[in-house]
Amino acid sequence: MANQSVQDIIDSEKVYEAGFITDVESETLPPGLDENVVRHISKQKNEPEWLTDWRLRAFKSWQNMSPPAWGHIDHPEIDYQEISYYSAPKSQLDGPKSLDEVDPELLATYEKLGIPLHEQAALAGVVQDSKSNNVAVDVVFDSVSITTTFKEKLAEAGVIFCPISEAVQKHPELVKKYLGKVIPQRDNFFAALNSAVFTDGSFVYIPKGVRCPMELSTYFRINERNTGQFERTLIIADEGSHVSYLEGCTAPMRDENQLHAAVVELVALGDAEIKYSTVQNWYPGDAEGRGGIYNFVTKRGLCAGRKAKISWTQIETGSAITWKYPSVILKGDESVGEFYSVALTNNKQQADTGTKMIHIGRDTKSTIIAKGISAGKSDSTYRGLVRISPTASDARNFTQCDSLLIGHECGAHTFPYIESKNSSCVVEHEASTSKVSEDQLFVCQQRGIDAEKAVSIIVNGFCKDVFRELPMEFAVEAGKLLEVSLEGAVG
Amino acid sequence: MSLLSIDNLSVNVETSGEERTVLNGLKLQINPGEVHAIMGPNGSGKSTLAHVVARKPGYSIQSGVILLKNQPINEMEPEEVAQLGLFLGFQYPVEIPGVSNMEFLKASSDSVNKARSKEPESTTDFMKRVRSIASSLDLDQEFLKRGVNEGFSGGEKKRNEILQMLVLKPDLAVLDETDSGLDIDALKTVSNGVNAFRDSSNGVLLITHYQRLLDYVVPDFVHVLSEGKIIQSGDKSLALELESKGYAWLT
Repeated sequence: MANQSVQDIIDSEKVYEAGFITDVESETLPPGLDENVVRHISKQKNEPEWLTDWRLRAFKSWQNMSPPAWGHIDHPEIDYQEISYYSAPKSQLDGPKSLDEVDPELLATYEKLGIPLHEQAALAGVVQDSKSNNVAVDVVFDSVSITTTFKEKLAEAGVIFCPISEAVQKHPELVKKYLGKVIPQRDNFFAALNSAVFTDGSFVYIPKGVRCPMELSTYFRINERNTGQFERTLIIADEGSHVSYLEGCTAPMRDENQLHAAVVELVALGDAEIKYSTVQNWYPGDAEGRGGIYNFVTKRGLCAGRKAKISWTQIETGSAITWKYPSVILKGDESVGEFYSVALTNNKQQADTGTKMIHIGRDTKSTIIAKGISAGKSDSTYRGLVRISPTASDARNFTQCDSLLIGHECGAHTFPYIESKNSSCVVEHEASTSKVSEDQLFVCQQRGIDAEKAVSIIVNGFCKDVFRELPMEFAVEAGKLLEVSLEGAVG
Repeated sequence: MSLLSIDNLSVNVETSGEERTVLNGLKLQINPGEVHAIMGPNGSGKSTLAHVVARKPGYSIQSGVILLKNQPINEMEPEEVAQLGLFLGFQYPVEIPGVSNMEFLKASSDSVNKARSKEPESTTDFMKRVRSIASSLDLDQEFLKRGVNEGFSGGEKKRNEILQMLVLKPDLAVLDETDSGLDIDALKTVSNGVNAFRDSSNGVLLITHYQRLLDYVVPDFVHVLSEGKIIQSGDKSLALELESKGYAWLT
């Protein structure tokens, strides 16, 4: 269906057109994608004409593109007409106002993950007393942002942290200047789709010289059946500023696959630093590989000025399929790009993930530490590109890829690409593959630690270099998440 | 109550599809306050005995009962035996990269306490205790932050086993060739650790090739193991005799 004819699209448009009115009342669009859907989303968000046009251009591009086929992943073709592209609670007032109104299953999940209760409240979208928490949170349910905490406190520092739909209204000049500048609409199939139908996501602007006074965090939740989530995040760190941002994601268990195609763009101007951390725990599907999220995400940062620094840290434990390559374009001289990743797959999960470091400026430096853990019948792939442009004199890269296998039926693959067009650069690549050995397990057990806990300790040790990069509050969470995700990995 | 009581133990192991008998009617009893040494030629079953009492997978018990503190352990998981109070000092300590020594010791101590329905030791108290034991073994503080056995020298690995034993305070410590590969200074340090551990309530089973360890840790009993069973028992003088005569006169 992805390659359907223009006539099909026109025909389907007629069918869906009638559907709009009734469904607008419940604010959930019926499945299907055409120009009207794009216009409808734009209208729902009360967007200016330039943005509606921008979306429509993206939609036209997307229609002529096909999904990438080079990933080491395998899944049935996605029917883009079977997905609903917009879903929102009837009114934002229906969002949870107190802990009592929050889905108990959600609370139980956090309990299991060991997030303290006050933090739970913030994550679930309950506005908290500013003294009890030093993390500001934006909460996105399906296609809308429910709440953003600590807006006032942040405003005092001049920091803008709000849903992107709000930024379009209140800060159109910033959005217009940067939207799609790091990741062009036509960058790839999923980026084009996102550009056409993106719904919500976070917008951050840190003014010149400001060190953001608290961690910023966005919590994404896919809730509705048959919906896709297409959030868009844009973070701009002006000269000499500093921000640390964390996103977390979950979705309920459903038998069918759901699509998540996000775009995240980061811009760091001269001397600015952005630290972007992800704890991705979308529903991975069941043990037989039924259901789960298809996570096709495009993330890229631009070190636009001298000595800018962008650091990606990701803990990927969820999703049936993960396809993402958070990248850095090192344009400013002496700019720094970092990528720290833990990708864990269990049961029948598949992950093809890595990074691209594009060195353009002089004396640019990048570091890649990627840890892949495969258990069950899963497949984990590291795919990375280090490109040294002719202009990138004295550029340096260090890459380390380690794979850890648990059991006999899983796979680990590494596809490193190095393109060097400047002879003054230094590029290093180290790789290793190891197994959790019977001997390691026995040693732990002989010291009184049961097998399941032992695997978790060994895996946590393997990931230490990456966990070190996470903000303190989330390093513990990440460790516990690995433990939960590995349940049943030792037979 | 004896700490360890083994009667008529026979054990098979399968290697490349072939079953072999590795212990054959072994009998051994260790009471509180006793140090036993087991010696014997290569392949006589010394390490096998250590593995079997620790319930390492891969060994099938054909007959006999192993009682640890009067509890049969034939069917127990390795961690259950450890929680009950058995410690195995490994001949070849294994690396666990990225997991710091201190972290590993705390996880271990907490698991044992939990199994015994005891409160975990507070992190501050625990670290203080571990640091003081480490310095008694000539291990500096930096050592505790390093990954378990990661890049350790042979001597450091063995001293680390002793450190773990002193921290966990088991009822019965089985030390599998803890003396092998040690220079004379390290051997003294390790021996001092074992002597510091000894008291009237616990027991030690030393598995060794060399009598020199027994100069420092003086055993109450020496046993000679051959072809899967104990063929001779005596006191420390037996070890000296073996040193001068070898094993041939016994087998």
